[in-house]
Amino acid sequence: MSPSRKLRVATVSLAGCFGCHMSLLDIDEHVFALLDKVELDRSPLTDLKTCGPCDIGLVEGGVCNSENVHVLREFRAQCKTLVAMGACAINGGLPAQRNHLDVGQCLSAVFQSRPGMDTAEVPDDPELPLPLDKVHPIHEVVRVDYFLPGCPPSGEAIWQFISDLLAGRTPRVSYPLLHFD
Amino acid sequence: MSRSTFLLDGQSVPFDDGQMILEAARAAGRYIPHLCWHPDFPPHGSCKLCVVKVAGRHVSACATPARAGAEVESDTPEINTERRTLLQMLFVEGNHFCPACEKSGDCQLQAMAYDLEMTTPRFRHFFPDRPVDASHPEVLLDFNRCIYCELCVRASREQDGKAVFALTGRGINKKLAVNAESGRLADTDFAADDKAARICPVGVILKKRVGFAVPIGERTYDRAPLHEVALPKPEGDT
Repeated sequence: MSPSRKLRVATVSLAGCFGCHMSLLDIDEHVFALLDKVELDRSPLTDLKTCGPCDIGLVEGGVCNSENVHVLREFRAQCKTLVAMGACAINGGLPAQRNHLDVGQCLSAVFQSRPGMDTAEVPDDPELPLPLDKVHPIHEVVRVDYFLPGCPPSGEAIWQFISDLLAGRTPRVSYPLLHFD
Repeated sequence: MSRSTFLLDGQSVPFDDGQMILEAARAAGRYIPHLCWHPDFPPHGSCKLCVVKVAGRHVSACATPARAGAEVESDTPEINTERRTLLQMLFVEGNHFCPACEKSGDCQLQAMAYDLEMTTPRFRHFFPDRPVDASHPEVLLDFNRCIYCELCVRASREQDGKAVFALTGRGINKKLAVNAESGRLADTDFAADDKAARICPVGVILKKRVGFAVPIGERTYDRAPLHEVALPKPEGDT
């Protein structure tokens, strides 16, 4: 490996709101320092649809449907270091608030009994991924190396965390930056 | 200066006869983590967060009397890992969804997780179904966050003289119950200025309409970590 090789980083938003990705962009001018050291693989920022071999994978969001499971397994298979970024990836977050409800009843409440819907049917296009009965944190599906809490983690927390990773240190978020909300 | 002493993490702590390890440490300005212990009540010994190692045994510091010359280990990687595991079990057993909780920033469970650098719940979440009780005009009960410390049970019974709360069931089926035929808080004589209304260390018992009077970012544990806040002030009340 050449000493100047850039690290490959992939990012994805599963059952999340893209808030963590917005927060990643909130590192402001550190973006230049970051792009000196990394190149992006699969990510909403590159719009690549598959993930090649990577050094770091940042996963936002929990696992709410079959596609999330496939993507998460691809990330685990391709990324040497996998990071659960934000509350949803770590504990299911907001999407997991449906976990005490029946998923069939949720779908029929939204698509069959809501006033103003054209077709009173639950969509069943084969291209739509099937929802899981429960939303899961990603560590319940694959092994996760590091966890970065926050809803979302602040840009500063993400930058501190990524800086540690890039420098080869065990990432650690200091007290003022460690938040679950 | 003739008081006996024990060693807490290698440093001498004086104590009075009959004083528990946690109490003596606290009086000496040394923090031992705790959730179910409260200075106004006798030790409860249920949360086990105050676990310390004495002579090779893991004991609850809140309920173990200090002994002269004892060597007590508290702030060590071994004990803190055990505490972190206890916290992780508390987090997966209930629904602790901090981003939507009014208590966030003022919550002792959350603050202790920050203090002990718990970044993952690690275990499989239970996602239990625990409906809230919003029947009372002034106070909301969100059972999703209950850690069964029994502080509200004890405060209501021993200080308010009302016995509004109780724990029912055993083990994993344990739950916080409201002592009324209907099970609703509105059908009790509970009042918003009861001691029990102000003692919850987490976000179960919440006064209505003041949830965000203090904004996120300016709350108790935004200003200082739990291990500083939990110690008695130099002069005066806790």
